[in-house]
Amino acid sequence: MSKRIELQKLNVYYSSFLAVEDVNMVIEPKAITAFIGPSGCGKSTLIRTLNRMHEVIPGARVEGQLLMDGEDVYGPDVDPVRVRRQVGMVFQRPNPFPTMSIKDNVLSGYKLNNSRMSKTEAEELTEKALVGANLWNEVKDRLDKPGSGLSGGQQQRLCIARAIAVEPDVILMDEPTSALDPISTAAIEDLAVELKEKFTVVIVTHNMQQASRISDMTAFFNIAGTGMPGKLIEYDRTEKIFSNPAEQQTEDYVSGRFG
Amino acid sequence: MTATKPKAIRRLGDVIFANLAFFAGVSILATLATVAAFLFVQSIPAFTGPEIAAAEDGFWNYVFPFVFGTVYASIIALIIATPLAIGIALYISHFANRRFAQLLGYAVDLLAAIPSVVYGLWGILVLAPFLNPTFMWLNENLGWIPFFAGQVSATGRTMLTVGIVLAIMVLPIMAALIREVFLQTPRLHEEAALALGATRWEMIKMAVLPFGRTGIISAAMLGLGRSLGETMAVAMVLSPTAVINFAVLTSSNSNTIAANIALQFPEAGGNYSNLLIATGLVLFAITMVVNMIARWIISRRAEFSGAN
Ligand SMILES: Nc1ncnc2c1ncn2[C@@H]1O[C@H](COP(=O)(O)OP(=O)(O)OP(=O)(O)O)[C@@H](O)[C@H]1O
Ligand SMILES: [Mg+2]
Repeated sequence: MSKRIELQKLNVYYSSFLAVEDVNMVIEPKAITAFIGPSGCGKSTLIRTLNRMHEVIPGARVEGQLLMDGEDVYGPDVDPVRVRRQVGMVFQRPNPFPTMSIKDNVLSGYKLNNSRMSKTEAEELTEKALVGANLWNEVKDRLDKPGSGLSGGQQQRLCIARAIAVEPDVILMDEPTSALDPISTAAIEDLAVELKEKFTVVIVTHNMQQASRISDMTAFFNIAGTGMPGKLIEYDRTEKIFSNPAEQQTEDYVSGRFG
Repeated sequence: MTATKPKAIRRLGDVIFANLAFFAGVSILATLATVAAFLFVQSIPAFTGPEIAAAEDGFWNYVFPFVFGTVYASIIALIIATPLAIGIALYISHFANRRFAQLLGYAVDLLAAIPSVVYGLWGILVLAPFLNPTFMWLNENLGWIPFFAGQVSATGRTMLTVGIVLAIMVLPIMAALIREVFLQTPRLHEEAALALGATRWEMIKMAVLPFGRTGIISAAMLGLGRSLGETMAVAMVLSPTAVINFAVLTSSNSNTIAANIALQFPEAGGNYSNLLIATGLVLFAITMVVNMIARWIISRRAEFSGAN
């Protein structure tokens, strides 16, 4: 399943500090949407509101509406835990659980929902998720070894395997390749393109080539100055943003003439 | 072919620091060796000298009830203190709001500063009478469990009371240590768990507890070490008999090695004092073994510790 996400008049706060102001956009299913913009403009803040991870920070809150296939994610009786089970997240730094084996890492999210799982079920799911994350061939002989023993790129793909094992509707990636070499980066980019067949994919990146290579839609955020809220400046098809943007700020940023 | 190794540059500061660290390390080993040697040499007359009335059946028969009492009391203390310490540490590190957590932290640290004589007095005067009705109830209703069987002590001064007093004594240091470890759980791993849709408690099971596992074991061993050697509280609460008794509610309780030394040493003449020192050597050995077991447990799963 892949879901359409609608942001309406979304304001995001850290206590009294307005970090992101008045975002209106529709994130399409079965597509990759890239968030780009200078550091501090609120890309991470915004992507974390999509799975309600923003509110785990003390004092952090959200105003406005966030609809997922029409359902209000911030509705009064919506459990954030349930939202996070439908929206997978991959972080900037690979974070497999160091105390778990590769296999247990893959199954960790799935086990939260399904405590009882037969051995064959577990094996099948591990293989499926690792194949889906293009990691199976590299780790199939050491599934019981700790996940922290893998290379950075492999760890990141393990985190992706962990996220897709629960079959979410949406996958969020916050600069998933910024700590990786070009070869691991290419592997993850290919993977993202495969993932959009099944999921809604949102990716934050500082890498313009990456955004133009893999994304279908691009959102450019900017900030007027320190202490000011980040704003969505332009949101359009990726070709349009990179070849013929409507806004001067976007043009300056994507062509590297920023500042 | 001879490869010439490039000569390392030696800086004065590095040399001084390296030597300081070296001597600090050596001095710990030297102290340990001196204590062990002292205990060993001073123990010899107990075996070579004239027979001692207190130990007419031989040294091992003499010391065994004390070994039992020491280990048993400490294990009871640990069984009570470990879950409590983990609970307190979790509450302070992950549940309480910051202000209250700080207050609680201070309170726990204060508990650690109370001298053990005070704990002993408190054990006799307050805890024992207070617990006695509970002991009666346990004996009546759960008496079929061997631990709670037997004739309940009238004073409440039992093995279980000692265990509880010891647990309260070791609780602060354990809670403080475990709290520090829990606070160091990488935010990254906590968020990984939450983002998978873990509830707070599931997050703690997935990220915090596994990460803190070695810390919990270290804290337990520190607590065990402290309760193994604790003298005053035990000496004051128990009126010992030389028996091996697993029932924790009766008035016949084996003493601990440390309390026995404290009680007997002032009146010990001749090589009786050497006998007591020999029991001290046994305590020393028990502590070493406990620590070695802890190291072994920790190293067994070192590759999953998160330290790599
Ligand atoms: N935990 C926090 N508490 C308070 N303010 C925060 C917190 N995290 C981020 N901010 C602030 O919110 C604003 C947006 O930060 P955010 O991390 O979302 O930017 P970003 O676009 O992801 O930047 P980068 O590209 O460097 O990752 C910044 O001004 C930042 O200082
Ligand atoms: Mg960011």
